[in-house]
Amino acid sequence: MATITRRSVDVVIVGGGWAGSIMAKELTEAGQRVVMLERGGERSTAADGAYPGSLDELEGNYRFKIFQKLQKTTVTIRNNISQTALPYRQLAAFLPGEGVGGAGLHWSGVHLRIAPDDLTLRSTVISKYGKSFIPEGMNLQDYGVTYAELEPFFDKAEKVFGTSGEAYTVNGKVVGNGNVFAPDRSDHFPLPPLKDVTGAHLFRKAAAEAGYHPYAIPAANASRQYTNPYGAQMGPCNFCGYCSGYACYMYSKASPNVNILPVLRRNKLFEIRPNSTVLHVTLDSTKTRATGVTYLDEKGNEVIQSAELVILAAFQFNNVHLMLVSGIGKPYDPVAGTGVVGRNFVYQNISTTTAWLDPSVWTSQFIGTGGGGVAFDDFNSENFDHGPLGFIGGSPVWVNQAGVKAIAAAKAGGPPGTPRWGSAWKSGMIDTYKHAVRMDAHGSNMAYRDVFLDLDPTWKDAFGRPLLRMTFDWKDNDIRMNRYVVGKIAAVTKAMGARQTHLGMKEFGQPFDTRFYQTTHLGGGAVMGSDPATSALNRYLQCWDVSNVFVIGSNAFPQGTGYNPTGMVAALAYWSAHHIRTTYLKNPGPLVPA
Amino acid sequence: MSLISKKTLITEFVFQYLKCSGIRLLLTVAALAFVSETGALAQDTEFLQKRGEYLARASDCAACHSVPGHARFAGGVPFSLPFGTIFSSNITPDRDHGTGRYTEAQFGRALREGIRADGAPLYPAMPYPSYARMTDEDIHALYVYFTTDVQASAETPPASTISWPFSMRWPLRIWQAAFAPSPERAIKSTARFADDPDMARGAYLVEGPGHCGACHTPRAITLQEKALTAAESSLFLSGGGAVDGWTPTSLRGENRTGLGRWSEKDIVGFLRNGRVAHGSAFGGMSGAVGHGTQYLSDKDLYSIARFLKSLPAADRDQTPWVYDRTEALALRNGDISARGARVYVDRCAACHRTDGTAYPTTFPPLAGNPVVMNPAPDSLVRIVIAGSTVPAMRSSPSSFVMPGFGGTMTDQQVADVVSFIRASWGNNADPVTATEVARLRKEQMKTAPETPYPLN
Repeated sequence: MATITRRSVDVVIVGGGWAGSIMAKELTEAGQRVVMLERGGERSTAADGAYPGSLDELEGNYRFKIFQKLQKTTVTIRNNISQTALPYRQLAAFLPGEGVGGAGLHWSGVHLRIAPDDLTLRSTVISKYGKSFIPEGMNLQDYGVTYAELEPFFDKAEKVFGTSGEAYTVNGKVVGNGNVFAPDRSDHFPLPPLKDVTGAHLFRKAAAEAGYHPYAIPAANASRQYTNPYGAQMGPCNFCGYCSGYACYMYSKASPNVNILPVLRRNKLFEIRPNSTVLHVTLDSTKTRATGVTYLDEKGNEVIQSAELVILAAFQFNNVHLMLVSGIGKPYDPVAGTGVVGRNFVYQNISTTTAWLDPSVWTSQFIGTGGGGVAFDDFNSENFDHGPLGFIGGSPVWVNQAGVKAIAAAKAGGPPGTPRWGSAWKSGMIDTYKHAVRMDAHGSNMAYRDVFLDLDPTWKDAFGRPLLRMTFDWKDNDIRMNRYVVGKIAAVTKAMGARQTHLGMKEFGQPFDTRFYQTTHLGGGAVMGSDPATSALNRYLQCWDVSNVFVIGSNAFPQGTGYNPTGMVAALAYWSAHHIRTTYLKNPGPLVPA
Repeated sequence: MSLISKKTLITEFVFQYLKCSGIRLLLTVAALAFVSETGALAQDTEFLQKRGEYLARASDCAACHSVPGHARFAGGVPFSLPFGTIFSSNITPDRDHGTGRYTEAQFGRALREGIRADGAPLYPAMPYPSYARMTDEDIHALYVYFTTDVQASAETPPASTISWPFSMRWPLRIWQAAFAPSPERAIKSTARFADDPDMARGAYLVEGPGHCGACHTPRAITLQEKALTAAESSLFLSGGGAVDGWTPTSLRGENRTGLGRWSEKDIVGFLRNGRVAHGSAFGGMSGAVGHGTQYLSDKDLYSIARFLKSLPAADRDQTPWVYDRTEALALRNGDISARGARVYVDRCAACHRTDGTAYPTTFPPLAGNPVVMNPAPDSLVRIVIAGSTVPAMRSSPSSFVMPGFGGTMTDQQVADVVSFIRASWGNNADPVTATEVARLRKEQMKTAPETPYPLN
C-alpha cells in the first residue's frame, strides 16, 4: 500500500469518543482546523438502534456488536511480574469500544462528579492519618487540580450530556434531596432525577432507615426530552434497559453521536475520518515536539497527517500504548521505580450483593436505566474515618438496576445453593428475576508500584507493534475496603426485610480473573500531577516531555475512584480545552514549567 | 569611462526610471480604476448570486435536481409515471450536459413557461405553472446564480424509460395551452395585496417560487392543479394526492386536517426547524424544509405563515379537535382490549406515549396531528411500514429516525394500529382496512427506501 501525505491541519485528534468529541468541539470553536481519526467505523442510531430488532441481548452483550474486535490488536495480561503475559483474546473482564462514539456509545450513563477528597487523596490521607498510614508499595498521589477549579467544567459537561439528577447544594444553599456528601454546585442538574424503580425505591427507604444518606444517581439518561446548549436533542428514557452495550433507540442516553457530533459534522473546520488506525505519533528529531501522526486508512494506506497539536483521546490503555510506541515520556520501570508512562495503572473494585424479597414484592429486574438508581456515599472517599480501619479508599453502594436481560438472568440463576440446571434452577432464576434486588459496592482501586503497563516483549499486533502488557492483581488494602463496605450493606437488606441475602465480596488471595466481567473502568498509566517524576502529564493533561501533545482520558487518574469515570473524563476534557484555548494557542509551549 | 558618458548614463537612467515609474503610476491608476469598476461589478454579481441562491432555495430547485452523492443540480431524480420513469435534468452551467448554453430569455421561458431552449415542452413535473408568477428580477438573479455560481457538472442523468407513443412531447403543448398560465397573466394575479406588502410577499412565495400547491393542491384527472392561487378557489392548498406514497395535508384553516390550530409562530418554526409541538416534517416535506425553507429569512417565513393563516377552511364541517382521555386511561389501566391497542403499546407507545402526546419536538404527537386525521391514510400507513426520518436542520442539528415495522407486522396489524391511532385521543378519522394496507405496502415497495441513515 502507498504512503500518502495529507494536508497539514491545526489539530489531529486520535479517537472519536467523548474526550475526542469534546476537544474537537472546543477547538473548532476556537477556529482550529480539526481532523478526528477513529479506528472503527461510523455508527448510526437508526441502524444500530432500530427498534425492536436492536433489543437483542445475544448480539449486544454476548457477540459484542459495538465493542472492540480483538483480532487486530489487544492487550496481554498477567497477575504479577514473575509471570508471562498472554493476550486477552475474548472480551470478558472489560469491554473497550470501537467505532465513532467509542465507549461513549456503549456506556450506561452513570454521570458523577469526582469526590473532592479523591483529587487530593495523598495530601488528605497524610494530613488525617499521617504518612505512615500509606502502605508500602502504594503510589498514592494527588491529581494536581482541585474540585473548585473543575466545577465549571463538570457543570458544562452535565448540560451537554443532559444529565438527570438532584442537587444537594447549589452555591452553598441546600436545595434538594441530593447526595449530602456531594461537593457544592454552581447550578442544578439540567434535568430532574429519573424515577426510582421498585428495587431502588425500597433501597432508598432501607438505606435511610439504616442511617445512611441515599440519593438519586446522576445519570446521562434523559428523564425528559432535552435540547442541549449545542442545540442537539435527546428523547426521554423509557427504562427499556438496553443501555450498556447498545445504541439507545430513544436517543435518551447521552453519547458523542447524539449530543456533540451532529453539531460538529456541520462545521467546515471539522473532519472525521473513520476506519483510521493511528500507528504512532511522529516526533521531530529533538523528541520534544510532535509533528503529527501516522495512521492506516481504510484501504490500508499509510497516511502521514501533520498537525500543530496532537490530542490523544483514545481509550485509557490505547492512549498509554500510543505514548509508549511513539516514545513520548519515559517508560515506567517498576524495579527501579523510575519513569512515568505505564505507572499507576488502576482499575475498580466491584462486587455485587443480592437480596431476595418477599414474593409479593415485584422488583421486575428487566426494567431499568443504565445510569439511574439510588446510592449512598457514607463509605465512599474520605466520607468516613479510615483511622481505625487501616485501609485507604471506599465505595459508593447502589441499586443501579440497568435492566437485567434474559440471558444474564439465566446465567445469574437463583439464590446460593440453587442447582445450576433443571426445574429448581428455573424456579430459582425466575424468583431472582422477579423478586430480588442487586446492590453493588463500586469501589476504589489504589495504585501500586508493581501494578503497571508496559510493552509486551513477545506479542505483537496486526500492525507489527508490541502489544500493551497489563500487570495487575488485587491487593489486600482494596480487598479489606471492599469487605468492610459490603459488610455495611447487611443493615440495608435487613431493613428491606430480605428473606435471604448474599453479600458478594472480594476474597483474599483470589487473583484478578479476566474471564468474568468486572468493569470497563480502567484508569491511570499516564497520570496527571504536579511532579514530572511521578506523572506523565501536567495538571492540564499536557505531556511534560512533548508539549504539543495532550492526553485526555481516565489514563490521567492516579487512583481508581469509587465512581464511574466518564463524568471526570468529560470535565477534564473541558478543563484541558479551556486552557488550550485561553493560554496554549496564544503561546504554544509547556503550560507548567517542568 | 568618461565623465560625460557617465553623466549621460546617469541621466539616461534617471529618465528611464521616471519613465518607468510614470508608466507604473499610469498603470496603477488604470488598474485601480479597473479594479473599482470590476469591484462594483463583482459586488453586483455577488449580490445577484446571493439573491439567486436564496431564490433557488425558496423555489426548492434542489428537491428535484439534486441527488445526494452527486454534483449539486446535476439532475437525475426519478419521477415514476404510469408509463415509465423520467429523470430530472442537469441544470448546472455545463455547456454540453447542463443549461450552460441557455440565454437568460431561454432560461426564463423554461422556468415560467416550461419550454426548453430547443423549443420542446417540459413535463409539468417542473412546476412552471407556479414559477410563471416569478418576476423578471428574480429570474435574472436565478440566471446569474445558475450561470456564475453553480459548479458545472458533466453528469448526464439516466435516459427516460418512457416509450413511444407516450414519449412524444408535442401533446404537452396542448396541456400547456390549456392549463399553464402565461407569465403576464400569472404575474398580474399576484398583484392583489397592493396595500399589504407582507401578504403580497407571502402569496408570491407560496403561489410562485415556493410552488406549495404542486403537492398540497389536489390535481384534476388531466393532472393540472385545481387552483394555482388562493384567489381562484378554496381547493388551493386543500390537500393533495399521494406523492411518492405521501399524502400532503391541507395548508388551509381546517381545525383537524389543516393548519387551523397552528399559530403563525408554529408555521415559522416548522419551516425553520422541521419540528414543532404539533408535529415533525417527514416524506417530501423533509426536503422542502431541508434544502428550502430553513434558509429563508424570518420576515419571509412570517409572510408565508400569515398568508397561509388567511386561507379559510375548505372543509367547513370539522368539529374542533378536543383531547379525549378515554384511550389514555384505558391503556394506563392495562386495558388493551381495543383493536390495535396491544400493537400500539408494544411498538409505538415508547416514543408516542400511551396518551398520544409523545415528546415533541423530539418525537411528534399523534393526538390531534393533522397528518393522522388526513382522510387519506397513506402517509400514516407508509410511516408505520417503512419508517421515516426527521432530518437535521441548521438550527436543529439532531435527526431522528423512526424505524419501519413493515417486516414485523402483518397488514392486519398495521391496519389495526393505524385505525387505533386515527380514532384515539379525540382523533376521529376513518379506520383503515388490511386490503388498503396491502395496496399501500405494494406501492410503497416501489419507492426507494430512505438512505443513507443520519449519523446520530
